[in-house]
Amino acid sequence: MTPLLTVSNLSRDFTKSLDMVAKLLNRLGQNYREEVVHAVDDVSFSVFKGEIVGVVGESGCGKSTLGRMIAGILPPTNGHVFFDVTQAKNTDIPDALRTQMIFQDPFSSLNPRKRVIDIITEAPIHHKLIAPSEKRAFAIEMLKRVGLDPDTLERYPHQFSGGQRQRVGIARALAVSPEFLVCDESIAALDVSIQAQIINLFVDLKDSFDLTYLFISHDIGVIEHISDRVIVMYLGRIVETAPIETFVKQPNHPYTQALLAGVPRLEVGKRQYEPISGEIPSPLSPPTGCHFHPRCKFATPRCKAGKPALREIAPGHFSACHLNDEA
Amino acid sequence: MAGKAATTTGAIPASGWQKFWSDFCESPTAVGALFVFLVILFIAVFAPFVSPTNPYDLASVDIMNSRLKPGSEDFEGNVYWLGTDGAGRDMLSAIFYGLRVSLGVGAFSGVVALVIGAAVGLSAAYFGGRFETLTMRIVDIQLSFPSILMALIILAVFGKGVEKTIIALVLVQWAYYARAARASALVEKNKEYVEAAQCLALGDRRIILHHIMPNCLAPLIVVGTLQTAHAISLEATLSFLGLGLPITEPSLGLLIGNGFEFMYSGDYWISIFPGIALLITIVSINLVGDQLRDIFNPRLQR
Amino acid sequence: MRCTVDPILQIKDLQTHFFTKAGVLKAVDGVSLEIKSGEIVGLVGESGSGKSITGFSIMGLVDAPGQIVGGQILFKGQDLAKLSPAEMQAYRGNRIAMIFQDPMMTLNPVLRIETQMVETILSHDSSVSKVDAHARARDALGLVGISSPDERLRAYPHQFSGGMRQRVSIAIAMLNRPDLIIADEPTTALDVTIQGQVIHEMQRLCQETKTALLWITHDLAVVAGIAERICVMYAGRIVEKGANANIIAAPMHPYTKGLLGSVPGQNRRGQPLQQIEGMVPSMMNLPKGCAFQNRCNLVSDICTSTNPDATSTKDGRLVRCHNIAAGDRA
Repeated sequence: MTPLLTVSNLSRDFTKSLDMVAKLLNRLGQNYREEVVHAVDDVSFSVFKGEIVGVVGESGCGKSTLGRMIAGILPPTNGHVFFDVTQAKNTDIPDALRTQMIFQDPFSSLNPRKRVIDIITEAPIHHKLIAPSEKRAFAIEMLKRVGLDPDTLERYPHQFSGGQRQRVGIARALAVSPEFLVCDESIAALDVSIQAQIINLFVDLKDSFDLTYLFISHDIGVIEHISDRVIVMYLGRIVETAPIETFVKQPNHPYTQALLAGVPRLEVGKRQYEPISGEIPSPLSPPTGCHFHPRCKFATPRCKAGKPALREIAPGHFSACHLNDEA
Repeated sequence: MAGKAATTTGAIPASGWQKFWSDFCESPTAVGALFVFLVILFIAVFAPFVSPTNPYDLASVDIMNSRLKPGSEDFEGNVYWLGTDGAGRDMLSAIFYGLRVSLGVGAFSGVVALVIGAAVGLSAAYFGGRFETLTMRIVDIQLSFPSILMALIILAVFGKGVEKTIIALVLVQWAYYARAARASALVEKNKEYVEAAQCLALGDRRIILHHIMPNCLAPLIVVGTLQTAHAISLEATLSFLGLGLPITEPSLGLLIGNGFEFMYSGDYWISIFPGIALLITIVSINLVGDQLRDIFNPRLQR
Repeated sequence: MRCTVDPILQIKDLQTHFFTKAGVLKAVDGVSLEIKSGEIVGLVGESGSGKSITGFSIMGLVDAPGQIVGGQILFKGQDLAKLSPAEMQAYRGNRIAMIFQDPMMTLNPVLRIETQMVETILSHDSSVSKVDAHARARDALGLVGISSPDERLRAYPHQFSGGMRQRVSIAIAMLNRPDLIIADEPTTALDVTIQGQVIHEMQRLCQETKTALLWITHDLAVVAGIAERICVMYAGRIVEKGANANIIAAPMHPYTKGLLGSVPGQNRRGQPLQQIEGMVPSMMNLPKGCAFQNRCNLVSDICTSTNPDATSTKDGRLVRCHNIAAGDRA
């Protein structure tokens, strides 16, 4: 089976170029350098149709940047994203619409000046997927799909709660019949009980509309609940990719292990936290070699020297750790 | 299906306009100023109908009536509430017609400057890069000159006249609008609904006009209000100096200027009353603009 | 001097209302809870439940248009709600300290850490010399696990990462050896690994110094790991209160059950999460009777007419629900 989405050597740098004064000073002998952040550093993976792939990581890991590159909002500096159109179920849709994104902030992800009916139907009308006369019926259909009351069509975003706004955002994305959805921390800003509603909604929609998800989150509990496969990122690189069972029971990379050990769990009884030491390094000056080596219990000199390659250590299980080479 | 069909949270906020009006009414000063401004606007628009006389109809003006004190009568029994000027024209009527010209020129140039400035500012913010750097440098350079100086230079180059004055006012003002539009657009550009529109492949033009611009209107309206007052006062200054509008289109500034020579002989009303009219106009617009700015300021908790 | 009056904090029927143009918002409407000396109590609720306002009320930080309209906040026997601002100032930062979600609410961005810490010490005890205050500040930083404290003291807040800033906030809170610390979502904005570090530090500190801690959060999993007792808030009232183990293992109030059921995790894979239908009602327009009635699957007639009182249960809990099984009641 070929993947629906293939990401090859995808990279994205953010460069703060020198201004005129700095350039002038450089000519006079100073040594100002451009600041480059490798937000995403040579990332490759595939997603198969119908899968939910969870991407987890902390601040600075690049997961949001990765999501935006896959959704087409941000152009990559290197590498490319390939979408297998032959697996698409609807051939009339323009390619640009096949991947859609659900955003994090329910308050800024909807245009405050537009009514819900316009928010949802703007893109389908613009791309001539529906006729203007069908606008109302189409919008009602979309609202029902995401569990909203169709009477709220004419309302503005500020008249809805956070969870309802997320549903409107989902309806907006579904309106163009996408195949692939990138969910970037889509539930992070919601209350726990509302999160549960939206997670259930995502799962239902996936089954009803044959969708494939890239689910980006920092919340390990959600990732564990919803994903078929998990990608763990640290400072722009993938450190581990595994099927969900393996991720939970046999994490290989020391960072994954530390992450799973440090997550608060809803279990009876108090626990003593044994956290890993150290701060997350600044993306402006990441450690050499393996980015994780300053915080890693098992670090060796080799870890400081060279970047570990992402290697398959078991079927479907990839890890980027030098310690695996010894095995 | 997930989730019960949801309705809005308990208290539905009042519609946009109602809330806006109730916020505006929180300041009695602003409401008063708005009322005064609307009266002035009414006078300006309907000047030919509300004026006691038409001061520019040469047939009705009699040099024998010149320099009459406020409140005096002429031989035919007409009362000149604000006196007459050197040529015998009724000051009250002259002020009404003057308001018309001042407001008209100020508002028109403001609107044109807003369109140009907003277009430049929005595009600069959205497209960024060299275009933004170039245009914003021009804006910065222009804004570093005092506006009166810029206007004088432009009029010196182009000459006097109504169109030329309007062009000068537009060229002076567009930069303020551009800066306000760019600042506002930069904030909106980074919001997720703009990213969503890009994800939905709606095209740059549509995104700028339908998504970003409507959300930038608030600061532009505030700048517009305050700038209109500025434009009116700028035009008055130019006309006072004799450089702006010609005598055939007398604005308040021109009236003040023409009446100035009479101040020395004690006939204050020929210059002062147009001055007071100008003052009231500008202050009322500024007060309304101030309240608008406070309403639209997201940091002030309401 | 470690205080031995128990319970160190006793809130009785606290009511904090906000008087806005649109109506009266009963943010806290009859909250009672106790914290013993050295105990860690978790106050759990979602947004709008009133948990943060409870914390602010204890500290006397509720500003107009809000005010405490009823109830008592007994701290070592003294009713804080009745104190004047000047008198409250003597307690704040001294005997009771607060840690906020955003460390920049504690830290002044234009002052060095050292200045802020020394100021905290001196403002409550002007007899301390600057040298001693500096030494205490350095020790406090060491206490929260910050290495090379001398360098760090000279730094400004923006030179720290989020996790470090939160640690500095904790250090400042600990400076005057308070009897009680109120922590309002202290780790919510932090990354998972940093969160683990901060929870670990706070746990250790409270164990070592026997400081009581009120941990306010929406994250049940966090309090499940560290608190001795848990209080669950909904719409301004505490709906369930009891020992950690009891509540997590066998929640009784329908809201608590729903909340626990909503938390995703690997043990729930493949199954839909339990949903609490509907939304929190508007705080200005609470329904007559139990605030949870619109979302409860056990709702009955009495629920729509009378607000339930707190019922004691056999295992020492208090639950505000009409529909507790008779067998569970005390």
